[in-house]
Amino acid sequence: MELNKNINQKNSLFKNWLVIVVAILFIALALPFIINAYWVDVLFFFGVYALLGLSLNIVLGEVGLFDLGHMGFVAIGAYTTAILNTTFGIPIIILLPVSAIAAGAFAWLVCSPIIHLRGDYLCIVTIGMGEIVRLTLNNNPFGITGGSNGVYGIDFPSLGNFFVIDNSTKFYYYIWLIVGLTIVGLVNLQRSRIGRAWNCIREDEIAAEATGIDVRHYKLLAFVLGAGLAGVGGNIYASKLMIVSPESFSFMESCMLFCIVLIGGMGSIPGVLIGAAAISLFPEVFRAFAQYRMLIFGAAMVIMMIFRPGGIWPRKRGTVKFESLLIKAGEENG
Amino acid sequence: MKIILEQLLNGLTIGSFYALIALGYSMVYGVMKLINFAHGDLFALGSYLGYTLLVFGSSYVTVTFGLWGGMIAAMLIAAIGIGIAGTLIERIAYRPIYSVGRLPAVVSALGASIVIQNGIMVIWGPRPQAYTSQVVPSAMLNIGGIKITLMQIVVLIISFILMGLLFYIVQKTTFGAAIRACALDRSTAALMGINIETIIFFIFALGPALGGMAGVMVGMYYRKISFTMGWNYGLKAFTATILGGIGNIPGAMLGGLLLGVLEMLGSVYISTAYKDVFVFLILILVLIFRPTGLLGEKIAEKV
Repeated sequence: MELNKNINQKNSLFKNWLVIVVAILFIALALPFIINAYWVDVLFFFGVYALLGLSLNIVLGEVGLFDLGHMGFVAIGAYTTAILNTTFGIPIIILLPVSAIAAGAFAWLVCSPIIHLRGDYLCIVTIGMGEIVRLTLNNNPFGITGGSNGVYGIDFPSLGNFFVIDNSTKFYYYIWLIVGLTIVGLVNLQRSRIGRAWNCIREDEIAAEATGIDVRHYKLLAFVLGAGLAGVGGNIYASKLMIVSPESFSFMESCMLFCIVLIGGMGSIPGVLIGAAAISLFPEVFRAFAQYRMLIFGAAMVIMMIFRPGGIWPRKRGTVKFESLLIKAGEENG
Repeated sequence: MKIILEQLLNGLTIGSFYALIALGYSMVYGVMKLINFAHGDLFALGSYLGYTLLVFGSSYVTVTFGLWGGMIAAMLIAAIGIGIAGTLIERIAYRPIYSVGRLPAVVSALGASIVIQNGIMVIWGPRPQAYTSQVVPSAMLNIGGIKITLMQIVVLIISFILMGLLFYIVQKTTFGAAIRACALDRSTAALMGINIETIIFFIFALGPALGGMAGVMVGMYYRKISFTMGWNYGLKAFTATILGGIGNIPGAMLGGLLLGVLEMLGSVYISTAYKDVFVFLILILVLIFRPTGLLGEKIAEKV
């Protein structure tokens, strides 16, 4: 009986969630018809930040690896797209997986030798790596990255000639479709063997190693997956702006991604969405304050952390209730 | 040979800026295990404070104390001002969240950094400002064929005095021993009767004060200051801290000087455009082969 009740409870909870999700989806679909193009663009960049936040969340939130050079991976994805598209005319859609693979492969290459570093040491190495990527792009190696001007004239994403994503509304649907798919994938990943292994490493690395988790392998996997997703973000970003330049991938931007994950709540997917909303919408809402808006923004970050240090929507730890195992608490003692 | 010596001197000058800023990072990290991201911006604030005193207040400062006295006075006032700013930031942004772990403090530090950087922009304007030549002497010396600016000598002398002073305080005095004890183990240090609150107050005053003085000296040396320079110098100085071994005071000095020299040699012998890439590559290589930095001690991991 107890078990049945639990399942019923779970079902009603699931229904509530379903209603909320469907409502959000409906609102999201209808929004471009209500608001003007400027705000559609703002929501597009909210989507980009959400995607990048989700990608960093794999590394920082799930595994607890401090990565302050995540924009380096985004840059690799964006420049792969930009260069291959402008030089060889390869369609953007085909370059989407290519960018992901390029960024992932880059992450595997550079992270393999440094993955054994702990905490702040890993943090500073990722900063160094991100800066090396940005500075190298800025220096125009072999004349392919265009130096500080960057690469321009990138195509819109298109499927053949009949479906071209060429305006704000289409881009809005495009990014949120990809964010949606990513969320579905990441929720499944969280509940999988890999997700549990990651969380185990985050909570206690030595204990994880002792239980037979290949720590090095899983950490690298997190970096490669996170970077791959960041590459996807870079691809979309490049095709929207039609230009990529090194200053878009600065250390400051990496810090902003870091803040998205921490403001939302480490390892929490809804948290990342809220964090991305905070980072991307806040400066727009406070645009009226002109030069004071970043001042307010910084102060808000401090106040936020003082009052909610765990983030706005922290991840609940998975718990197993006694009832669900058909064991009554205290029975063993009696 | 002459070029090498000149570049070595240039490198040492830049390196001493990095070292002075790195000391602030290192002291705070040693005791608090916190990367004080606002430190670089405090350094920039010091630079602007010195600018205001020397350029706007030249009729008071330079006239009252003379050319050299004015520069020293500006540095001391900037040091006091930035020291106060550092302790204020600790009170407002860090103290309420020490107990909840390290990551919220990172966000809080980044927030404080954004506040200071944009505060500077609001007060002094977004355009770069210049230390004019009326308040800073621009004489060029020629010692045995080696060209060196007067400012370079001043900067080197002052920063070595400051570093020596700090080295003495940290390594030889009782107060320094208390700081080192806190860096080793804060709770045990508290049990031994060390007042942790006082130590934290002083490291957050001392570190930024050194950074503020470095800020004034950067202004006097390069003439041009901008409100975003805190990030660049902060990042380099933090790199220097790690290079020397984080939390280690002599390590921060060594790391800073080494970083400056490497940067200069890299820009001469490799390429100017790639000098920062070269610096970060060295950093990564050092960390791969010596993960605790050059002077860092290996700490056994607690289970």
